Amino acid sequence: MTAGLWEHWVLPGIWITIQLTIYSAALATVVAFGIGMARTHRLRTVRFLAGFYTEIFRGTSSLVLMFWIFFVLPQLVGWALVPMWAAVLALGLSYGAYGAEIVRGSLNAVAPAQREAGVALSFSPWQRMRLVLLPQAIPEMIPPFSNLLVELLKGTALVSLLGIGDVSFAAYLVRLATTESAEIYTISLVIYFVLAFLLTRGMRALERKTKAGIGQKTESRGLMSKLSWRQEMQVAQIPKGGGTGA
Amino acid sequence: MIIAADKWDWGAVSDFMPHFWDGVLTTLQILALGSLISFSVGLVWALAFRAPSRFVRWPVGIITEFIRNTPLLVQLFFLFFVLPEWDIQFSALTTGVIAIGLHYSTYTAQVYRAGIEAVPVGQWEAARALSLPYRHTWTAVILPQAIRRVIPALGNYVIAMLKDTPLLASIGVLELLQQARLEAAQTFQYTEALTVVGVAFIVIAYPSSLLLRALERRLVV
Repeated sequence: MTAGLWEHWVLPGIWITIQLTIYSAALATVVAFGIGMARTHRLRTVRFLAGFYTEIFRGTSSLVLMFWIFFVLPQLVGWALVPMWAAVLALGLSYGAYGAEIVRGSLNAVAPAQREAGVALSFSPWQRMRLVLLPQAIPEMIPPFSNLLVELLKGTALVSLLGIGDVSFAAYLVRLATTESAEIYTISLVIYFVLAFLLTRGMRALERKTKAGIGQKTESRGLMSKLSWRQEMQVAQIPKGGGTGA
Repeated sequence: MIIAADKWDWGAVSDFMPHFWDGVLTTLQILALGSLISFSVGLVWALAFRAPSRFVRWPVGIITEFIRNTPLLVQLFFLFFVLPEWDIQFSALTTGVIAIGLHYSTYTAQVYRAGIEAVPVGQWEAARALSLPYRHTWTAVILPQAIRRVIPALGNYVIAMLKDTPLLASIGVLELLQQARLEAAQTFQYTEALTVVGVAFIVIAYPSSLLLRALERRLVV
């Protein structure tokens, strides 16, 4: 393969794949936490709407969704989307729906007594979520989220069908230019594999760090360990006969 | 979001319908054949994971990890463009079915593996106590118990596979998405065809996942 093609297409392709993964992962995380927390909300309507979102976005194919967002949405709402953002939107919204199930599962897995302890401390629902449930649920979410990120990374290959110059599009162009299909497709598969490997490694390091931190503290101090010193002060200041906080 | 009623043309939907049904048929065909390949090859991988020799276990582990961690789309292009260079010719549909079946076999392998590991150790010991041959231990004792447990999980991958069938449009297989693209390219009405296809996926996938949940309750005790 000629050096020019490598520099002009493959290296920028890797960078675009990484960018796409980061942007879509960021959107997917926001969606996952929003929808996942909404699915454990006490209002039935909120739970229903969040469930509806999850079923819709988990039920459809991300490629069809991407095409729909790119071709149909502009016709319906009257403004056009750059292919890159159409892709990020499609990937973020659909992988966010998968992530929401992870968030919901981990939140439900936190011992009910912890929730009750939050109520006993007269925390508001939001404080319970922020100070009690999420800190315990997040370490549980990391392994499934790491799988989801690898899926997302692989999912970014779809964007080449919108003509975005990621790794798979680079492979497609190089094949057209040089007719060296075997080489370029093998190289691109290896690139994805290495990226997925690095991602898994990074997430595993994060997992070790979070697990170690939580384990160390919970053993000695229980619920209070989840709170910063400022939050501890707030807890200490809560009047004894305080309201339910709900 | 408000969908402007004047931008929706029911005429275009009814024009698209005959192609839509052709697409549904092809999609179901891909799904059936892909499932068949992924279920059987996946079982082969799973048995190879437990092979006595590490010269079998290691390569199989590396191959499945590689397939699982790389995009199906690139694998599809690899098979579609590279195999003919090596004088292996398949139709787009066959290539697509092989690619999707092989890709998902690495997922089903993990499912089978978990199912096999979930069979209590006592069952292995009982088979040994009865001095059953190795092959019969698998076919008469372990696999019937393992497969019963994994059916719902395998079903989940069939739904995942369904949602990946549109990728085959990229090599020209006339499944749902490609039918919609062809129709839209002729009439310039992307809205109707693509929306119908999007809805069709939800209509097929959602009841299937409900069915699987019911099956899970029945089978996994």
